[in-house]
Amino acid sequence: MPLLEVTDLKTHFHTRNGIVRAVDGVSFSLEKGQTVGIVGESGSGKSVTCYSLLGLIPMPPGKIESGSAIFGSTDLLNCGEKKLCQIRGKRISMIFQDPMTSLNPYLRIATQITEPLRLHMGMDRKRALKHAIRALGEVGIAEPEKRIQMYPHEFSGGMRQRVMIAMALITNPEILIADEPTTALDVTIQKQILDLIKERQRELGTAVLFITHDLAVISEVCDEINVMYAGNIVERAGAEELFKNPRHAYTRALLKSIPALHAKGEELYTIPGLPPDVSQPINGCAFRPRNELGDSAKCLPNHRPVLKDTGAGHWVQDCPGCLA
Amino acid sequence: MLRFIASRLLQGLFVLFALYTITFFLAKAMPGEPFTTEKNLSEESKAYQRALYGLDKPLLHQYFIYPKNIITKGSLAISTSKGRPVKDIISQSFKVSVVLGLSALGIAICIGVPIGVISAVRRNSWVDWGTMAVAMIGICVPAFTIGPLLQIFIAAKLSAIKVAGWGDPQDILLPAITLGLSTAAYLARLTRGGMLEILSQDYIRTAHAKGIPPSKVITRHALRGGILPSVAFIGPAFAALISGSFIVETIFQVPGMGQHFVNAVIARDEFLLLGVALFFGFLIVIMNLAADILTGILDPRVRIAGNAAK
Ligand SMILES: Nc1ncnc2c1ncn2[C@@H]1O[C@H](COP(=O)(O)OP(=O)(O)OP(=O)(O)O)[C@@H](O)[C@H]1O
Ligand code: SF4
Ligand SMILES: [Mg+2]
Repeated sequence: MPLLEVTDLKTHFHTRNGIVRAVDGVSFSLEKGQTVGIVGESGSGKSVTCYSLLGLIPMPPGKIESGSAIFGSTDLLNCGEKKLCQIRGKRISMIFQDPMTSLNPYLRIATQITEPLRLHMGMDRKRALKHAIRALGEVGIAEPEKRIQMYPHEFSGGMRQRVMIAMALITNPEILIADEPTTALDVTIQKQILDLIKERQRELGTAVLFITHDLAVISEVCDEINVMYAGNIVERAGAEELFKNPRHAYTRALLKSIPALHAKGEELYTIPGLPPDVSQPINGCAFRPRNELGDSAKCLPNHRPVLKDTGAGHWVQDCPGCLA
Repeated sequence: MLRFIASRLLQGLFVLFALYTITFFLAKAMPGEPFTTEKNLSEESKAYQRALYGLDKPLLHQYFIYPKNIITKGSLAISTSKGRPVKDIISQSFKVSVVLGLSALGIAICIGVPIGVISAVRRNSWVDWGTMAVAMIGICVPAFTIGPLLQIFIAAKLSAIKVAGWGDPQDILLPAITLGLSTAAYLARLTRGGMLEILSQDYIRTAHAKGIPPSKVITRHALRGGILPSVAFIGPAFAALISGSFIVETIFQVPGMGQHFVNAVIARDEFLLLGVALFFGFLIVIMNLAADILTGILDPRVRIAGNAAK
């Protein structure tokens, strides 16, 4: 049995301008110690997917319309706030995209980082502090005894993300959800943070759900990759397989647009059109106007594509016009 | 920090001096003259009185002698209408006003801040709309409406509470409510705004993701930043509350400081006017400084900026 099994997750936002179908039937699973990636353009529903798992969707306007997320014996989507509070920050932790705004500017690092220990582990102030100082050292913060007494604004962005990582991993969680943890950082720092996550994961055996819109980043860390488009997963495969043998036209377009995979001087591919407006009811297929690499003659616009296993753990949506 | 306080105090001194200058010349420009209230005062005795109070000296001399006496003798001169030292008049009535003002502020904070927090947490619910509508009314309805309403509906019904007067502890209640209600309403709106701003911040989401129970997310992570706008408001509001309110004092017969602002003008008592005006200015300067220091204590980023500036 997988550590976390998400089935048919649908999260919609009921706004004044209509229903935003941010996540519209997503299924995936996460094994112990594994790293699973979700990649997709901005607005494809990656963040909403992971916020839904932890009950962090603002309701209203948000609503989980259907689905289940089985973690151990608990369905995260239907277990109530109280149970969820015991899981969040203890067994499933999360780090966020923007380290500059994700730490509370009014509280010392010490207060924030010891909070999960005191809350979930029942540690007293002194023991928690000792533990926290060690955790800061482990994420590569020099002079942790001194720096732990500082406030977030006295840290750089990269350092704050290190603090976030230390704070998220301090209770030894089974799952770490990393929502674009490097997007807001300088390129040089990005690599360091990725390496840090990988290193800590190896040491602690944590499973990681890694969200990004950057395929180059995801190829470095993930065992398995889900490609998300307009609230749906269009393709899923092992990292190597996906890069070697992409099937869906959208995946191929994404891969084609990675600068690093281009020969020098070759023109960079950009996916035509804009990501779909998920607040509009989709008439037929959301990808059809942008499907340049597939064969639109074979399109079945009235068919709702389903993710199907093509063997060896390579899943792809079954609409023929997109497949290669 | 000391440097910051010193520079703010120096600024305050300039403000007070400007306030003095304006009040001084406005007082001189007031129509009429002192000593007209006593009837049948002969010209000689008026001249004698003027000489006694130093009002016969050249204008410029008067302009400089008053602050000089404050600094050298700590004297605020003698009230021309009451014949007593202005300092005594202020200190006596200030005691009353402080008690009343503090009670009013206490009521305002105890009502305003929790209401603001609750309506922010329950934003766009009927609780939010209801309390904010009441707060808006609280801001708009003047003390001379609320005061008599309280007298009619509370004081007249409960024998323990007098309609007006000052002496027993329970006499504080109605005037304090009347005085504090609009401040409470302002605080409620400011706190709501501050909390809404903070509750939408990313670090609140982080706090939820850490498994902190929702009520503790509010008290531990949101409240501190959420009340900052209110803190900045409380400084000057407090100065205004403890320097008395003519209207509330008149309605409830409270011997506070507010009456002197009006009576001094009516009696053309320029020393009393200068005294209360400067004292009020002094309170504002001090309270603003206190609010700034408190903001620095609550917000480490301001603290650092203050340190860096020195
Ligand atoms: N609170 C909300 N109210 C209404 N719509 C929302 C809300 N939160 C998210 N959405 C919508 O849900 C859709 C998916 O958003 P999401 O944040 O999951 O995208 P994402 O894939 O994480 O993109 P990014 O790479 O920009 O982080 C977007 O169209 C967004 O506008
Ligand atoms: S093949 Fe199907 S999924 Fe792909 S663009 Fe055409 S209609 Fe859409
Ligand atoms: Mg996102």
